[in-house]
Amino acid sequence: MAEALLTVEDLRVGFETDDGRVQAVDGVSFELREGEVLAIVGESGSGKSVTAQTIMGLTRSPNAAFEGRIGFEGEDLLNASQEQLRRVRGNEIAMIFQDPMTSLHPVYKLGWQIAEQIQAHEQVSKADARERATELLRRVGIPSPESRIDNYPHEFSGGMRQRAMIAMALANSPRILIADEPTTALDVTIQAQIISLIGDLRSELGSVILITHDLGVVAEIADRVLVMYGGMVVEQGTLEELFYNPQHPYTWGLLGSLARVDGVKPRRLPSIAGAPPSLIAPPKGCRFRTRCPHEFDRCAELPPLAARAGGTQIDRCWLSPQEKAAKRAVEGRIGLEATA
Amino acid sequence: MSEAADTDALVEVDHLKQYFPIKSGLLIDREVARVHAVDDVTFSLRRGETFGVVGESGCGKSTLSRCLLRLLDPTAGTVRFEGRDITTLSRAQLRPLRSEMQMIFQDPYASLNPRKRVGQIVGDPIKLHGGAKGGEGSVKTRVQTLLERVGLQAEHYNRFPHEFSGGQRQRIGIARALALEPKLIVADEPVSALDVSVQAQIVNLLDDLQDDFGLTYVFVAHDLGVVRHVSDRVAVMYLGKVVEVSPAEELYTKPVHPYTAALLSAIPIPDPRENRARRRVVLQGDVPSPIDPPPACRFHTRCPFATEVCSTVEPPLVDYGGGHLVACHHPQNVSEQEIRAATVAPESPVSAGDLLPEPRGDSARAAAQSSS
Ligand SMILES: Nc1ncnc2c1ncn2[C@@H]1O[C@H](COP(=O)(O)OP(=O)(O)OP(=O)(O)O)[C@@H](O)[C@H]1O
Ligand SMILES: Nc1ncnc2c1ncn2[C@@H]1O[C@H](COP(=O)(O)OP(=O)(O)OP(=O)(O)O)[C@@H](O)[C@H]1O
Ligand code: SF4
Ligand SMILES: [Mg+2]
Ligand SMILES: [Mg+2]
Repeated sequence: MAEALLTVEDLRVGFETDDGRVQAVDGVSFELREGEVLAIVGESGSGKSVTAQTIMGLTRSPNAAFEGRIGFEGEDLLNASQEQLRRVRGNEIAMIFQDPMTSLHPVYKLGWQIAEQIQAHEQVSKADARERATELLRRVGIPSPESRIDNYPHEFSGGMRQRAMIAMALANSPRILIADEPTTALDVTIQAQIISLIGDLRSELGSVILITHDLGVVAEIADRVLVMYGGMVVEQGTLEELFYNPQHPYTWGLLGSLARVDGVKPRRLPSIAGAPPSLIAPPKGCRFRTRCPHEFDRCAELPPLAARAGGTQIDRCWLSPQEKAAKRAVEGRIGLEATA
Repeated sequence: MSEAADTDALVEVDHLKQYFPIKSGLLIDREVARVHAVDDVTFSLRRGETFGVVGESGCGKSTLSRCLLRLLDPTAGTVRFEGRDITTLSRAQLRPLRSEMQMIFQDPYASLNPRKRVGQIVGDPIKLHGGAKGGEGSVKTRVQTLLERVGLQAEHYNRFPHEFSGGQRQRIGIARALALEPKLIVADEPVSALDVSVQAQIVNLLDDLQDDFGLTYVFVAHDLGVVRHVSDRVAVMYLGKVVEVSPAEELYTKPVHPYTAALLSAIPIPDPRENRARRRVVLQGDVPSPIDPPPACRFHTRCPFATEVCSTVEPPLVDYGGGHLVACHHPQNVSEQEIRAATVAPESPVSAGDLLPEPRGDSARAAAQSSS
């Protein structure tokens, strides 16, 4: 098994707000291995972005409280100094966002911004940095980069900006790339270009944490998947385990409610009743209890994240693997509702 | 096509154009260019059907939706609602029709007034359109019935929009749209802002309401999976033009326009093994600007099958039978016979000629000749 590059241990992130404390991340543990693409999926508000931003030290603020450990190259990033973080950020761990404009400065030329990023972490001349920036733009598929390098971000289309962001992320050959919904704001045909670009660049990108709500994208490029719900990891496994033998009822619901362009069209779309839980006053016990049709008395106690199905898979549901296998099929598809 | 009013049609859209002027100049507003947002679109909606509209950002889906409800004044063409041309009606004449056509928006939050309670949001249109015959009390009962019908509770009547989740807010928007018992609902990306699990709830709700109230839907979305699930027919738009219209299932199993085929193949399938087994076409390049769209076939700059004719002659909308219309010189997934039997559809844009696609044998020969 490949070595762990990054280890997140029992991470908790809470924010004090007027309405009370929002426990956005509530005991998340996982490791990112050398060379893998780890996808994080889950309901909106389940803590995916806060987890990623905390790794980058971007959630630090007076109203935030942290617990746990984020191990990277023998250091704990959660308790690292700003100085240490600056060294890591951009250089060893790079991040791209849904909206590239949040990381591109609107008044500077793109090439200058990429060259600047290179020079911030490496001793190279201006001319060399500019040349490397041009090469990077070419590498991510920007046509005639020699002239495009002097464009401003607003002169690029959405897809080109996302390419430029990837170029900037690659600038210092980071060991980890964190991509938070990198294709969500893009059209399907442009999304396909970016996904295939990330696929092509895999060897250069090191390890990737990909946050997305699109299980199609996950199926396309992830090696392992982490499913989050209500600030917690509810299931984790390899791509195959997760898609063909999902253990947690929330994962069944997620897979089942997709309206797909292929295969037989179900008469009704299976759905998950109700709304995601409050993070201020979450349900006691299993977080998914309030929406789970299979809930039983034991669910009042929080199930530990444990290996129940064999393989590398771990999940947070009290049902036995046999019960799970029996309960999750609907009309030949994976689904949340019990077979009638 | 236009005169003989189709009695089954609730809405007939005839050669509709919506251009937006782009002005420049500090002192005098000078029109320097035009956005061809909707460019000669013809189709009709049958009562009780769901008509899906898909296409990339900026292709004109929202503009088309707004024209259907006369929220815009079209540059040219007509929209008939129950046989009546609404493009020439005055505000006063439109008013009684407004209750018959409603819209549901993408962002349930932005479209609900944050300072109004749910009861007002849903009830105000009823009062405004004089539907409050039994007075205040009857409006309240009606609103509460509606709230329950869309899966909210009667006691939500006094709450404000911010107290609801995204999915619940979309339910409020739906209750508001239903309040006046419309015949037509135009839903512009109604589930795009919602979580997958909640999307399914809303899609099922819209489905049930259609059965109960005999509604006709126009369902605009960029998610082709959702559109497949809800639609009876689907129109694919590219840069202001309808490039393909088809019964829904057929569009997904037999896409004829290369753009439709590329769009479908660009969607990753949430099944790792099937995904790996699939052949994908990744389209090169960006979507061109609708200000200066490519001539002739607007897709020719990105099309893997384009030949010279594609950049010189606008392909007409051609009827392949069974209501499957496609505007392309090199149709995919159709047989030689189907191509020979095809005719130019009355829905075809005026600017397109009547050049029918050549049966493949001939075009293959032509391609071989032109490349040699
Ligand atoms: N600075 C903050 N102060 C208070 N609450 C916050 C703060 N940042 C995030 N949250 C809350 O933490 C929760 C988790 O947010 P996060 O952005 O991680 O969700 P997510 O899983 O990325 O969702 P999405 O899919 O919508 O992007 C949300 O309820 C959010 O409102
Ligand atoms: N009021 C307006 N003035 C000028 N241009 C406009 C106006 N409204 C829309 N447009 C332009 O018309 C084109 C079509 O826009 P429209 O909003 O209909 O696209 P859409 O298909 O709904 O896209 P999206 O998927 O992004 O919602 C775009 O280029 C848009 O910028
Ligand atoms: S007409 Fe030509 S360019 Fe246009 S879609 Fe068909 S093959 Fe492609
Ligand atoms: Mg997020
Ligand atoms: Mg739109």
